[in-house]
Amino acid sequence: MLSDMNPADVTGDYREYTLDLFGIGPRRVLVTDEEVPYPDGRLIVSRTDTEGIITHVNRSFVAMSGYTEDELVGAPHSILRHPDMPRAAFADLWRTVQRGEIWQGYVKNLRKDGAHYWVKATVIPNVRRGRIVGYTSVRRKPERRKVEECIALYARMVAEEREVK
Amino acid sequence: MSYVFTVSPDFSPDHLPGWFVFNTWMQRVSGLRFHLELMDHFSDLRRAVEADRIDLIYANPHDAAMLVREKGFVALVKPGDGADEAVIAVSADSPFHRVEDLEPESRIATTGDPDVHLMGMILLEPAGLNRENVTLHHCDSYVLVAKRLFRGESDAGIFLARAFDELSRPVRERLRMLVRSDIQVIHHYLMAGPRLADRVDDLRDRLTAMGDDAKTAEILKGLGVSRWEAVDEEEVEFMIDLMDTLSYSPA
Ligand SMILES: Cc1cc2nc3c(=O)[nH]c(=O)nc-3n(C[C@H](O)[C@H](O)[C@H](O)COP(=O)(O)O)c2cc1C
Repeated sequence: MLSDMNPADVTGDYREYTLDLFGIGPRRVLVTDEEVPYPDGRLIVSRTDTEGIITHVNRSFVAMSGYTEDELVGAPHSILRHPDMPRAAFADLWRTVQRGEIWQGYVKNLRKDGAHYWVKATVIPNVRRGRIVGYTSVRRKPERRKVEECIALYARMVAEEREVK
Repeated sequence: MSYVFTVSPDFSPDHLPGWFVFNTWMQRVSGLRFHLELMDHFSDLRRAVEADRIDLIYANPHDAAMLVREKGFVALVKPGDGADEAVIAVSADSPFHRVEDLEPESRIATTGDPDVHLMGMILLEPAGLNRENVTLHHCDSYVLVAKRLFRGESDAGIFLARAFDELSRPVRERLRMLVRSDIQVIHHYLMAGPRLADRVDDLRDRLTAMGDDAKTAEILKGLGVSRWEAVDEEEVEFMIDLMDTLSYSPA
């Protein structure tokens, strides 16, 4: 399960949002304006089971997320969900990988301390003996110009999603 | 019956005699006949694999994917010397100080090593560089990549990190590293094909025991390998998935 974010973990001024997470329900998240730059030369890697529960994280993942490995493994991947990310992006991710295909996109992730980091993520289904047994996401450093495009695009998408609601 | 053993063409020429010594040792301890056939080009290797001529191979990560997924190969061991990583370097007097300083239409020197090239292109991506907007020069060795850089013929070069570290001092001093990958999971593997399926456990045991005595330690030294480490199926599958994410580009 996923507990609410704790003000004691957050550095600096923050805003409060309540996310409605799939299969989990509401989660209170605390968000600052701080961006942490993507570390040069690294890949941030995680794996999940078919339900999106984290089964494996690499060192770079742990370092960037601000959580410990114990907090991450066993948690739903939406532990990193940032309120500025449109729902449609993740709906597209899940639809694509469940079809057995690769998904690629830019993602703004929320850290335990309320800061965020941008990644270029590629998610691949792990096919073993013809069956999907889980998913792997490999993130790399994004081109800044693409991040700027996504900031504008996602803001429009999130605004539209709020109106529909 | 005799089996064909080959080594991915990206092996260091310094280790050429080492592979022959290793092959002799393998034959003696396994009681199997291996014919070591070295190929100059990746395309020759591809053809031999396609024709199911290869039984044992020291494979680069790129070929490992195809060997496992399409040809039923099993990984026996990997070198215990750390993973394959890539370096982006420029000439020491280059105006570029970060990867992001490079611009589209840059001239990039690279080699035929498919996995090093792939990792290098990932490292160049934050600058907005991709295979459509750079001019690639394929060199036959990393020393030639270095030369292109200090002659000003290329703006940046892609190196296997280990090869970059092994460049001679005078060459190194004329280069500047912009970034080094820290991916940690991309390896070469020694792999066995379907005709050796019933020998996999025996071969793996003998390989991982290498280095226990002075004689086999010496043979490993000739390959530039400190130790062979056993690998399981899932580790290789994981690396292949990871390589697939790196080589993916949307249609
Ligand atoms: C392998 C894999 C990796 C994922 N990585 C992230 C991630 O880094 N950040 C994120 O917000 N969601 C990630 N997701 C998507 C989440 O599972 C989830 O769909 C998303 O956070 C939105 O939450 P919701 O589906 O509950 O609305 C990943 C999913 C998979 C399968």
